[in-house]
Amino acid sequence: MSERFDVIVVGAGHAGAEAALAAARLGMRTLALTLSLRGVASMPCNPSIGGPAKGQLVREIDALGGEMALNIDATCMQLRTLNTSKGPAVQTLRAQADRFAYSERMRRVLERQPRLELRQGTVSELLVERGRVLGVATKEGQRYFAPAVILTTGTYMNARVHIGEVNFESGPRGEKTTNRLSASLRDHGFELVRFKTGTPARVRRDSIAYEKLEPLAGDPDPEGFSFMTGKIRRPQALCWITYTNSRTHEIIHANMHRAAMYSGAITGPGPRYCPSIEAKLKMFPDKERHQVFIEPEGWDSEEMYLAGVSTSLPREVQDQFLRTIPGLENVEILRYGYAIEYDALVPTQIDASLMTKSVVGLFTAGQVNGTTGYEEAAAQGIVAGINAARFVRGEEPLILDRSQAYIGVLIDDLVTKGTNEPYRMLTSRAEYRLLLRHDNADKRLTPIGRQIGLVTDERYRVFEERWSAVEAVRERLGASRVGCTEAVQEVLRRLGTQPLRPGQALTLAELLKRPEITWAKLVEVDPGLADVDEAISRQVEIEVKYEGYIAKQEEQVERFRRLEAKAIPDGLDYFAIPGLSREACEKLSMIRPRSIGQAARISGVSPADISVLLVYLHARGGRPQAKAVATRG
Amino acid sequence: MRAGTVQDTIAAIATPPGEGAIGIVRMSGPGAVAIAERVVQSTRRLSQVPSHSLVHGKVVDEGGRVLDEALVAVMRAPRTYTGEDVVEIHCHGSPVVLQQVLARLLQEGARPAEPGEFTKRAFLNGKLDLAQAEAVIDLVRAKSPKGAQIAAMQLEGRLSARVSAQREEILDLLAHLQAVIDYPEEGLVDVDPGEMKRRLERLVDEIDQLLAGADAGRIYRDGIRLAIVGRPNVGKSSLLNALLGEERAIVTPIAGTTRDVIEERALLGGIPFTLADTAGVRATDDPVEAIGVERTRQAVAGADLVLIVLDGSEALAPEDLEVAELVRQAGAGARVLVAVNKCDLPRVLEQAAVERLAGPWPVVWVSAVTGEGLARLEETAAAQVLGQGGAPSAILVTRARHRGALAAARRALEDAGETIARGLPLDLVSVDLQEALEALGQVTGESVSEEVVARIFAQFCVGK
Ligand SMILES: Nc1nc2c(ncn2[C@@H]2O[C@H](COP(=O)(O)OP(=O)(O)OP(=O)(O)O)[C@@H](O)[C@H]2O)c(=O)[nH]1
Ligand SMILES: [Mg+2]
Repeated sequence: MSERFDVIVVGAGHAGAEAALAAARLGMRTLALTLSLRGVASMPCNPSIGGPAKGQLVREIDALGGEMALNIDATCMQLRTLNTSKGPAVQTLRAQADRFAYSERMRRVLERQPRLELRQGTVSELLVERGRVLGVATKEGQRYFAPAVILTTGTYMNARVHIGEVNFESGPRGEKTTNRLSASLRDHGFELVRFKTGTPARVRRDSIAYEKLEPLAGDPDPEGFSFMTGKIRRPQALCWITYTNSRTHEIIHANMHRAAMYSGAITGPGPRYCPSIEAKLKMFPDKERHQVFIEPEGWDSEEMYLAGVSTSLPREVQDQFLRTIPGLENVEILRYGYAIEYDALVPTQIDASLMTKSVVGLFTAGQVNGTTGYEEAAAQGIVAGINAARFVRGEEPLILDRSQAYIGVLIDDLVTKGTNEPYRMLTSRAEYRLLLRHDNADKRLTPIGRQIGLVTDERYRVFEERWSAVEAVRERLGASRVGCTEAVQEVLRRLGTQPLRPGQALTLAELLKRPEITWAKLVEVDPGLADVDEAISRQVEIEVKYEGYIAKQEEQVERFRRLEAKAIPDGLDYFAIPGLSREACEKLSMIRPRSIGQAARISGVSPADISVLLVYLHARGGRPQAKAVATRG
Repeated sequence: MRAGTVQDTIAAIATPPGEGAIGIVRMSGPGAVAIAERVVQSTRRLSQVPSHSLVHGKVVDEGGRVLDEALVAVMRAPRTYTGEDVVEIHCHGSPVVLQQVLARLLQEGARPAEPGEFTKRAFLNGKLDLAQAEAVIDLVRAKSPKGAQIAAMQLEGRLSARVSAQREEILDLLAHLQAVIDYPEEGLVDVDPGEMKRRLERLVDEIDQLLAGADAGRIYRDGIRLAIVGRPNVGKSSLLNALLGEERAIVTPIAGTTRDVIEERALLGGIPFTLADTAGVRATDDPVEAIGVERTRQAVAGADLVLIVLDGSEALAPEDLEVAELVRQAGAGARVLVAVNKCDLPRVLEQAAVERLAGPWPVVWVSAVTGEGLARLEETAAAQVLGQGGAPSAILVTRARHRGALAAARRALEDAGETIARGLPLDLVSVDLQEALEALGQVTGESVSEEVVARIFAQFCVGK
């Protein structure tokens, strides 16, 4: 039995869900195959979304017309703004999810999406002919055909769970795994790596002594992730904070050799970005205590998540060490922490459109590409969905560059540098982050999403209204001046800022540029501003206050773009270029960069190699410009 | 033939003229081995020998007459300095023989190399990075042993090492900023703005030191501008001639002989100088002499070093004090030293009077006629410009491009300090730190920028 689709998405985790929705919304007849219908967009790790860099990704997905932000806004239990005092670029949201509701809602969205079929099935084989993907075959014996297939199999390929000395074949939550697919990928010449990650124990809600913990409440009047949501007015749950201590550490140290990560059961390094408690003790032996966040997994759930103490120690050691922690003296573990190993693709085998270089029509997204995190997965998912649809329609792919979006940074890093541990998004990876703020994700990407066809009329209207309001207020601030009157001087003195010199007049914008003048204070100078909507005034404040810095960063981007615009022709034979180092030849042939800028970011390619390449391309004549991304906004 | 390669073969005498018992003629390019084979008679065929072998043979002219006996080094691409086939012919270094061997190679199809062209090819073939290539080009162009020394030091990457350390420091600062931002809930210790500001200021100081060295770097290449001033007839022109070792300026017993500034280049103590003899300074009604005095004033203003000449055989004159005053005014920033001339004659000028005039300036007693004290004068002059003990251990920035990059880094670091001082959020500092990193990366070759790229095409004519 066989069926034909435009796009087949293998997996319905965070990457798969976005990919399937994007493809279907772009008019593709789309099939999403999941191991289990209950596993749609599940959260086997932290029941939380957002945080530094990740929150920006969520907003970008939203701005392009994706689902993640709407889904978390509808199902979150708590919302907090982080890094409020660290600067406009790094401010971000973090939400606690009701992970059951989250998964449930996402499944409904997929089911209701026209042209999208969500089915249960275990893909065991990729059907490929002469370097082109044809479809997939399942363990159950079905064959599905489509010109584009998106693999989003997360950590399920060849997965093995380790708890202390015990280990067994299993997906993250005891689900089935997809071993045969690994073999099929190898058969088609793909290189796989073995990655590992871990989780902490889940404990029973009413076995915790809350009176001994510090409560952590959400923001009083939170705003959602989505540009469509606005304020979220629902009761919020509390999280709790406690700490490990010397007794905890003694127990862990005494049993270190039994942890799967250290006993030799798992080889290779663990992930640096979410280290186990064992790894933290090894890396920072002087730290007296480590923070533990206790997070609810859902409104109706008995389970509480212990963020910060992920572990692969044996069960009885987990019982012992957790019970030394204040508030957890009588804790009951519902599910033990574990480490999990799985197969991932070496991501340099894909190009910036997320299509594999060796199999035409095959796209990959999410943890299978070596990333960690729901947001990173979803970000790749939406891009893979968009590009699969564009591929089927014979259009140029959407490629966001490092100055346009965190999504661009993420994908460029993966396909240019690869990764030898699960890749987590960090603000520090984004060199132009002052421009990649979570507050302006819509300005950066909604026009692009509109052009692609993912942004609805409604979303576009909201976008246009918001930004024309911002512009109007900015103009107003630039136009209205305050003079050196007695009343003004009086207010300025009261606000703790330098009064005007006799005869001096400042625009409100100039006044707002002073570090000590907040919007609230500006309203005192000109009470007429009180009617400006808070969301708008916040935007204006950022844009005016940091104008100079934003301009500087834009100059840096200019320089970056010049190298990015120096295109390298497809199919260049690097081994025929005299003077390139052998390593550079090999790396360049493998990565096949689109531009000199990208080539310069490949490790092992030195500035001298770049000089040689430039001279060679120059000598070859002509100065081809990089193929313009069809959708550059 | 591979597209875009340099296809001709270049040749040049590789050893400095008139030095050593062995002279080397070097050839690089695809035809190097074939040309050598036609020119060298040997028991082994050069085209057959393995790479990096040394072959004994005779260099012959087209009639088969032996020009010289030679050792021939055959090195094949790409493991050579230029990345191309290279042949070196080691002869018995008489300049005449070397010229004949070179002429023979040119006759067989090589073309004469332009200055620095071997290096240029090495760079184009990816054998050297831009900083190294520039250093070598400096080495080639160096007019003096010290200049060569600096170029060599730079080649070894001492400037790079120092700048790398600064980049490391900035990366540290950025990493701390970032850690706090990326892990806001981990209870990390916040960056202390005061501490950050102090570290930034230290970095600015260090760059200032490097930039101060940049001046010395220029001096090594273009020469120290030394203005010789003094009242008429103290022996300025005589001193110039003595330092040059030739009769360049007119010397007469008549005060006011020199009417205009005379400039000459000279190598003193291994360092190139541009010496400027000037008209004697005195109050005058003679319009021609008055113009001369004004020129003297300008020469003082443009000098790195001013040499005030006094006459030891006469008492201090009011004009001597006027000269000192002129130097103090016009020569602000320049360093000064005092030479008391004519010390072969009976001494009239009092030590105390000299000291009063000189203050902190060093004083050397000399005689332009006998040459006494001239060596010390040269030494003192060099030390005055380079700082005590000469410069071999200092790190000098000799490239305008490096200098520009350092200045840009300095500006960015200052901006970062300003951001902190204004109490703005610390993440904004990172914009400037990144700018500084990129600028410093241009010195160490860790970043590829448009300017570097543009420069490649400006310096090396490719792609035409
Ligand atoms: N004995 C002796 N005579 C010297 C010495 N240096 C210069 N003279 C004599 O001093 C006279 C003036 O020398 P110049 O070199 O022309 O002096 P100047 O300072 O250039 O003079 P103006 O160009 O007129 O300003 C000449 O007669 C020189 O021979 C010296 O070291 N010893
Ligand atoms: Mg004279």
